[in-house]
Amino acid sequence: MRASDLLHTRPEGLYCPPGDFFIDPVQPVERALITHGHADHARPGHTKVLSSDQTLDIMAIRYGEDFCVERQIAPLGETLDLNGVQITFRPAGHVLGSCQIVVEKDGTRIVASGDYKRRQDPTCLPFEVVPCDVFITEATFALPVFRHPDTTEEIARLIESVRRFPERAHVVGAYALGKAQRVIKMLRDGGHDAPIYIHGAMQKLCDYYVSQGIDLGELRPATIDRKQKDQFAGAIIVGPPSAFADRWARRFPDPVACFASGWMRIRQRARQRGVELPLILSDHSDWDELCETIHETGCSEVWVTHGREEALVRWCELQGIKARPLHLVGYEDENE
Amino acid sequence: MKPFAELLDRLVLTPSRNGKIRLLVDYFGATPDPDRGYALAAITRDLDIPGVKPGILRALITERMDEVLFGYSYDYVGDLAETVSLVWPEPEEPVRANRDPSLSEVVETFLETTRSDGPAVLTDLLDRLDSSGRYAAIKLFTGGMRIGVSARLAKQALAQFGDKDVTEIEEMWHGLELPYEDLFAWLEGRADKPEHGALALFRPVMLATALEEPDYDKIVPETYAAEWKWDGIRVQLVAEGERRRVYSRTGDDIGHSFPDLLEAMDFEGSIDGELLVGHPESHDDQQAVGTFSDLQQRLNRKTVSAKLMKSHPVFVRAYDLLSEGEEDLRALPFTERRRKLEAFIARLDPSRFDISDQIAFADWGELNDLRENPPHPIIEGVMIKRHESAYVPGRPKGEWFKWKRDPFTVDAVLMYAQRGHGKRSSFYSDYTFGVWTLDEEDRQILVPVGKAYFGFTDAELKQIDKYVRDNTVDRFGPVRSVKATPESGLVLEIAFEGLQSSSRHKSGVAMRFPRVSRLRWDKPSAEADTLDNLKRLLDENRGKASRVRPA
Repeated sequence: MRASDLLHTRPEGLYCPPGDFFIDPVQPVERALITHGHADHARPGHTKVLSSDQTLDIMAIRYGEDFCVERQIAPLGETLDLNGVQITFRPAGHVLGSCQIVVEKDGTRIVASGDYKRRQDPTCLPFEVVPCDVFITEATFALPVFRHPDTTEEIARLIESVRRFPERAHVVGAYALGKAQRVIKMLRDGGHDAPIYIHGAMQKLCDYYVSQGIDLGELRPATIDRKQKDQFAGAIIVGPPSAFADRWARRFPDPVACFASGWMRIRQRARQRGVELPLILSDHSDWDELCETIHETGCSEVWVTHGREEALVRWCELQGIKARPLHLVGYEDENE
Repeated sequence: MKPFAELLDRLVLTPSRNGKIRLLVDYFGATPDPDRGYALAAITRDLDIPGVKPGILRALITERMDEVLFGYSYDYVGDLAETVSLVWPEPEEPVRANRDPSLSEVVETFLETTRSDGPAVLTDLLDRLDSSGRYAAIKLFTGGMRIGVSARLAKQALAQFGDKDVTEIEEMWHGLELPYEDLFAWLEGRADKPEHGALALFRPVMLATALEEPDYDKIVPETYAAEWKWDGIRVQLVAEGERRRVYSRTGDDIGHSFPDLLEAMDFEGSIDGELLVGHPESHDDQQAVGTFSDLQQRLNRKTVSAKLMKSHPVFVRAYDLLSEGEEDLRALPFTERRRKLEAFIARLDPSRFDISDQIAFADWGELNDLRENPPHPIIEGVMIKRHESAYVPGRPKGEWFKWKRDPFTVDAVLMYAQRGHGKRSSFYSDYTFGVWTLDEEDRQILVPVGKAYFGFTDAELKQIDKYVRDNTVDRFGPVRSVKATPESGLVLEIAFEGLQSSSRHKSGVAMRFPRVSRLRWDKPSAEADTLDNLKRLLDENRGKASRVRPA
């Protein structure tokens, strides 16, 4: 069957007509398959939701237990049948619970990879390459300027900065789901044993990661104790990037503003955000990893979702691989 | 190369002036000669590498990658040096020498490079460096560091490093030579102050302090002279032997923008004065001196067309004479220098040089009246100089005063607020404000007329910040749109130095030095000023001499 008959875009999102379901729809639909828990992919209000058990848990934490009418767990690697369409969830390596969705019918296989990365991440299962006919890829960092450096070294730079400025607080902006826990876990692996302070918005998600067996060490709420004046000196505080624009950030004296993101590769970007210590650390693939992954899947066609589509489409053309942008709306990349 | 690359990276991300100075001082202290000298020259833009030009970068990179992908990358990053440093394909087999090349090796190699071997030398170097190192290396020859450090700030860092006065460094600057080993030796107390035989050096400028109320009684005609304060840019013209220089007040050589003036500098000596646009001999005020926006047409240009020199001729209104022939006059009293200046200027081309007239005044009250009602729109106040004052660099107390016209004020309504930087990054501290006008359907709407980010106290900043957060109607990245209707809005009293008509702004007017002078919590938004009020001011005041045409 033609790939575009198996999956194509609708205003609500990516739709499978024979299976009658959407993948990561941006509007409420009857049946949604969700790749991962980030808010632009996992939205509340669908009737039936099929996803990994961890993504379902995360949605319940973020939106409340009634985020949908009916939940269905997709066990990793097991093939399910939806109206004659075979569905398999495979790890995507993006955040805890994140999956690629393999959609198959009559010998045509499409992999909707969602957001993914290829680097080692101690907080989630690694990406699995699934051979396919059509590979649907994100393009958040799809420009040759984005080459993420070694992640361990970025964390080591943060630890080194804390050592050099023991009187200052290091305030790290990190996305509340995935990035924050990865930064904390890697700090622990890098030997930082002191309590880490977290913004209130991250508490539940951090608790959930811990419940899934990911040891984050001692976490404390970043609230002010009036009796203890210098409580944040030399400490690492992790908060969502948006909190830096907020009154919340004012409680830390002379803070070193850090931001953990792939965008930090661009100096003027870091400068505009007022970041003093940029940490180039991403949950998305960099340019080389996007290109390598396309080759590894052996696909004959690439569909590009959100990000810098034109550059990735251009690269595919140069490689002789058919490619087109999907022009999906409603996905963000700025908050990475 | 690593320490220099790290310095650049850190300077880019350090918003505070003191923070930047500290980084520079630390670098000068930790880096040996001649590396630190080359770094200094790169930052002050005194490093010229003729053999390697930015043009070859593009050619080199498009040999190595698809031109379209490079184009997308450049569009995204917006800075050629940074884009190339990020996309440069690192060689599979590292050809990196076992150690990092030093800055001086890189600079000296560049300096020895001819245009024909430029590409090969650059390729070899870029293959050996990491992305930060590549960025720093490319910045060495593309110029325009974009690290937020001016030559002046670098000199201040030197002064702090050597515990010297910055004017001493400014004075010797144009006589120094790369890589400044004698300068650093002096700053570190290992050698005497560098002696220079160079001609036409800059002489650090004497500045005035603002006149404050306790000073009023001192201003008596017996001890002080007064003259107008003109709204151009302060310059120092030096001609010695074959060398002619036009310096800004911070000692930057800006002569390349003013070949017409350089040609007329047919004298031996150094003049302190105001650079203005116009025809000083004309009897028509408007022809005689153009506005500051006319002058802006002539500033910061690498080359200047004959047409522009004709339509916007520059001249210097002289304030002081610092040297004549080989004689240094700076130690003489002002009255004596002034007498010499009068005779000096009388010998020069009157279409390029005239003298700043002195104002007769009987008492302080009369001077105040003159200040408030100057005879020409391009006058921004009066200057008051003690007869006995020697010409001393910096701002010596009690010698020269500036007494500006009171600023204009307007009541405007807060429209947008943007977050600040550094210490202010969690505060909405940059404000766009507007005044009322009518749209096509005769409805009252606000039109933005300016932006201000200072003038308020820390306590007021907190209040405005709270107001912005409580009254946000929309957000665009770091900018918030604030509720501003005739019924509800925050009125800011804005002080400014003057108005210019502007085709770039929707309102048609642009303010000079706008700042918040008061928060008018009491004033209903609908009673703020209108665009018509502002335009009337433009017609009445600064607009009088709106354009200079050839006489």
